[in-house]
Amino acid sequence: MRAEARIVAAGDGRGGTRLAVLRGESPLLLRRTGRPADGWATVHLVGGAAGPLRGDELRLDIEVGPGARLEMRSVAASLALPGRPAPPSRLTITATVAGGGVLHWLPEPLIAADGCDHIAVTRVDVGEGGRLLWRDDLVCGRHEEPSGSVRQDTMIRYGGFTLYRHELAVGPGAPGWDGAAVLGGRAVGTLVAVGVGLPAGPAGPDAAVMPLAGPGMLATAVGADIRTVAGALDPLCEQPTLAPAV
Amino acid sequence: MHPELHEHDPDEVPHTHPEPGVDPHQPLHGGPRALRIGIGGPVGSGKTALVAALCRALGEELRLAVVTNDIYTTEDADFLLRNGVLPEERIRAVETGCCPHTAIRDDISANLDAVEDLEEKLGPLDLVLVESGGDNLTATFSKGLIDQQIFVVDVSGGDKVPRKGGPGVTTADLLVINKTDLAPMVGADLSVMDRDARARRHDLPTVFLSLAEDKQATPVADWIRGLVAARV
Amino acid sequence: MSLASLLLLADGRLPSGGHAHSGGLEPQIANGRVRNVDGLAGFLRGKLATTGLVSAAFAAAACADVTRSAELDGGLDARTPSPALRKASRAQGRALLRAGRAMWSLPPIGREPHQPVALGVLAAAAGLTPADASIAAAHGLVTGSASAGVRLLGLDPYAVHALLARLAPECDRIAAAAAARAGDPVDDLPAAGAPLLDIGAEHHATWEVRLFAS
Ligand SMILES: Nc1nc2c(ncn2[C@@H]2O[C@H](COP(=O)(O)OP(=O)(O)OP(=O)(O)O)[C@@H](O)[C@H]2O)c(=O)[nH]1
Ligand SMILES: [Mg+2]
Repeated sequence: MRAEARIVAAGDGRGGTRLAVLRGESPLLLRRTGRPADGWATVHLVGGAAGPLRGDELRLDIEVGPGARLEMRSVAASLALPGRPAPPSRLTITATVAGGGVLHWLPEPLIAADGCDHIAVTRVDVGEGGRLLWRDDLVCGRHEEPSGSVRQDTMIRYGGFTLYRHELAVGPGAPGWDGAAVLGGRAVGTLVAVGVGLPAGPAGPDAAVMPLAGPGMLATAVGADIRTVAGALDPLCEQPTLAPAV
Repeated sequence: MHPELHEHDPDEVPHTHPEPGVDPHQPLHGGPRALRIGIGGPVGSGKTALVAALCRALGEELRLAVVTNDIYTTEDADFLLRNGVLPEERIRAVETGCCPHTAIRDDISANLDAVEDLEEKLGPLDLVLVESGGDNLTATFSKGLIDQQIFVVDVSGGDKVPRKGGPGVTTADLLVINKTDLAPMVGADLSVMDRDARARRHDLPTVFLSLAEDKQATPVADWIRGLVAARV
Repeated sequence: MSLASLLLLADGRLPSGGHAHSGGLEPQIANGRVRNVDGLAGFLRGKLATTGLVSAAFAAAACADVTRSAELDGGLDARTPSPALRKASRAQGRALLRAGRAMWSLPPIGREPHQPVALGVLAAAAGLTPADASIAAAHGLVTGSASAGVRLLGLDPYAVHALLARLAPECDRIAAAAAARAGDPVDDLPAAGAPLLDIGAEHHATWEVRLFAS
């Protein structure tokens, strides 16, 4: 299956956010939800089919203009499934956040079902003065099943420089992924924050908040299951409403 | 480019070497670099107590800094801080990865970095004391790290220590036999220690000390004053 | 290439500060994830596939073109979210440069480059190839942590060396894959991360009592 979705959020000039484009197709269906009053636009990914399945080629483009505030969530975890023998499924997300724009990407976890083969490519470009919270949670296998293969390939740039470059591979074909260097458990979550201060340092036994070399922070948590990860990262996502810098 | 220093075969990979005899760790400042004195010796013999005493005795007259090499992170550095003998910015702690002797002898890079950082931060210094982590009788400092070394043993292990020898006792520029106040209690005969030390060390000096009584480590401070004076 | 120079560069006795670093092992021993040779094996496999691949690729890239050092250094910053690990890498880079300056003539590449960049520059100065730099990087990474494991857990050194011998083909494979990408743009070079190493390093940096610097 091939599917594309696109969102363009623009400042309406009165402190609010207008969705100039909101277009999706199954399984990338988008719905505007809640919070229209406080200047934010909230959009949920509502899914529409099981998957991603092997062979799927999915694309999501997000554009946040100056003064716009967009929060993206999903209604349920997405489940990467094996499907028929085919090349890996791939979800490519590109996002640009202009100076003065704010993007929160706070979806539910991705679950790597046994036998799946999935690649998630994320490219985010934040202009100087833009703000970002970017969360990615991954669960390696459903309850008591081995993990499928998932590769995450993430690059977040700020003001034209690469701020955060990270790849993570789990499942068969990723040596040592569940050992004591990489995950040591079956769940992991990351939260990259740009223009948003987080309290640096250890954040529980298997989590830490780290100032990046450039202007941004990363919170990472690992755990036996997603509850531990959520316990460490959820509070950090509840940032006081960010006024866009003008 | 440095000149080629040896014959290279025509089919050898191209590479060049630095000039021999060039100190790879130059002082950062133009002037003569600080005199570096290593203080080694077994665990608990009184190395940190000696460093503290030397800071008290020499802190006013010399520009002084200290590098500690703990088995654990910052125990010794913390002791010096608590005792207020030296301000915090003059003390650096080096971690040694379970091998205190490696950090002062085989791979001295972290200590050299610490000394350089201190010199860079504080400007020119007269004296840097490097305390090794407590180790055994064979641990000595590399000459790439220090100019002179003091080996501190104490009497509480009995009077046999100098007789046992080992590179620390035999070759240190100054041997300090500490805790003489305890000698009667442990039945250590200082004259035996003195005789054995002379036999092992020939002309190299040995001093007896009780840091419990002499808070300025007078004979050691005097020995260092002599070294500093001889350099200028 | 000069095999003898490569062996010098890869020798654990090279005075380049490595002995004081456990490569992230000490915190994983403290939290109970590594208790024995099996635990160490899982740790080393994961480390090799992540940090090992990245270090090997950046060492090879720096060796292939030392004029890219600054850019590569920035690339490692972006791949090293943990400030404690950035500090450890730069401290080891600085120590390696000190050793390298005594051995070969190095171009000026700054005072505290990341360790893989320094390694690549040393390799180039020694007349070695990017593939040599990359194998030295991967090898150094596993042997460093393995030796810390011997010291911290009192593991049987023969059992640990048997493990290292089993990992050698994987080490070769990773190094070859890394070297093949030496000429890629920095953003395209390997970026495999190890979340637990980052988290462990941040915890470790706050301990009052630790044996290793990282
Ligand atoms: N009675 C007596 N005690 C002393 C003397 N010098 C030091 N001590 C005590 O011996 C103990 C160990 O002294 P330190 O200076 O910490 O010894 P150290 O050699 O630095 O020990 P490590 O760094 O752990 O190897 C401390 O409790 C000191 O107070 C002395 O001359 N007489
Ligand atoms: Mg001490």
